[in-house]
Amino acid sequence: MLSIDSIKKGVVIDHILAGKAMQIYDHLNLEALDCSVAIIKNAKSEKRGKKDIIKIEDRIDLDLNILGYMDPNVTVNIIEDGVITSKLKLSLPDTLTNVIQCKNPRCITSVERHLSHKFLLSDRGQKIYRCAYCEQEHK
Amino acid sequence: MRHVIEPTDLSPPELNDLIKAAEEVRRRPEDYAGRCHGKILAALFYEPSTRTRLSFESAMLALGGGVIGFSSGDASSASKGESVADTIRTVSCYADICAIRHPKEGAALVASQFSTIPVINAGDGGHEHPTQTYTDLLTIHSIKHRMTDMTVGFCGDLKFGRTVHSLLKALTLYPRNRYLLVSPEELRIPDYIRGLLKERDCLFEEVTDLESAIERMDVLYMTRVQRERFFNEEDYVRLKDSYILDKRKLSAAKPDLTILHPLPRVNEIAPEVDSDPRAQYFQQARYGKFIRMALILKLLEEAGAC
Repeated sequence: MLSIDSIKKGVVIDHILAGKAMQIYDHLNLEALDCSVAIIKNAKSEKRGKKDIIKIEDRIDLDLNILGYMDPNVTVNIIEDGVITSKLKLSLPDTLTNVIQCKNPRCITSVERHLSHKFLLSDRGQKIYRCAYCEQEHK
Repeated sequence: MRHVIEPTDLSPPELNDLIKAAEEVRRRPEDYAGRCHGKILAALFYEPSTRTRLSFESAMLALGGGVIGFSSGDASSASKGESVADTIRTVSCYADICAIRHPKEGAALVASQFSTIPVINAGDGGHEHPTQTYTDLLTIHSIKHRMTDMTVGFCGDLKFGRTVHSLLKALTLYPRNRYLLVSPEELRIPDYIRGLLKERDCLFEEVTDLESAIERMDVLYMTRVQRERFFNEEDYVRLKDSYILDKRKLSAAKPDLTILHPLPRVNEIAPEVDSDPRAQYFQQARYGKFIRMALILKLLEEAGAC
């Protein structure tokens, strides 16, 4: 396996579904960071066969809602002095605000641009979110 | 602050109380004549409406209150680009309660989030219209004196009909009703309503022929089959007459059938049916005023304004 130096202090987003790392990188706006960020694609995984990993060499506040929505199976490891001090398990968030957009042209959010695009989880098993205003399912 | 944006904003016990209150209003309107004296209803209608707007206004006037508002978006600052949030914040300064109709889905919810007075959703596009559902329930209860042990037929456009979905959601909370769902194949109830009927253990049948199903019904809720819902003109022409209620089809129905329709009607109920005592759709429009009187009173009382 390709070797990437372990980090002393920072965040490792592990067990990302293979191929999704760049999407997560974009959604979390990691490009704006000054610190080192490593993206490892198609690493070997016992659970998933292949996985992606993102290593961030700084302690930053991640939007766990976005991460949970994009891939609830990822693990977030917090690293201090070279060791994992906590492992955060994610799940689908109950609400999502300004993560996805309502595409219903009849929804009030289509004409009133200042409104937040808020979605509520309506079926956890099937990962169905509905717009809080018009109740249209997000696809 | 309490608002009514969707039918389930009132719990089943609250809904039963509301129906009882509306029946009391209907029996003794004189007792309610001055109950909202000095209070103002803002009727914010961003699109045309006959029954809903006039019944809200009539309800508030019958309670002794006053009414302000507009009857189209063009007559308000919405035409200058004002947001629903800013409009309702302004209206909250001038009125005690508000009824809002807007063509966009979710507009009433937005209004409720910025309002300091109770907001009633008077229809937000094809989404929700709670006072229509409450009107339908009051009408059924007032005529049948029960909400259970009935065979209720729904006929017409069951796929897009907002009133059908809302009434089914509300009626299925009451036990031992059966449902006959009559529609063309293209306009059957959506999956989520079918799922709800199964989840609540309701007996229901989906059929395409009104004539053979009508004899089993205690209530028949008619809706319009719209031309634009069909993929081609041929199918529309072939099917449209099957879903028009006329005297001939009605001849097989029970003598105490109750025929309802949310109105406006176009051609789905022949005018010859209007004189039949089973036709209750204009009574239904009348009940719409009583339920709105009861709802306005309830919300104003809860807000401490009455």
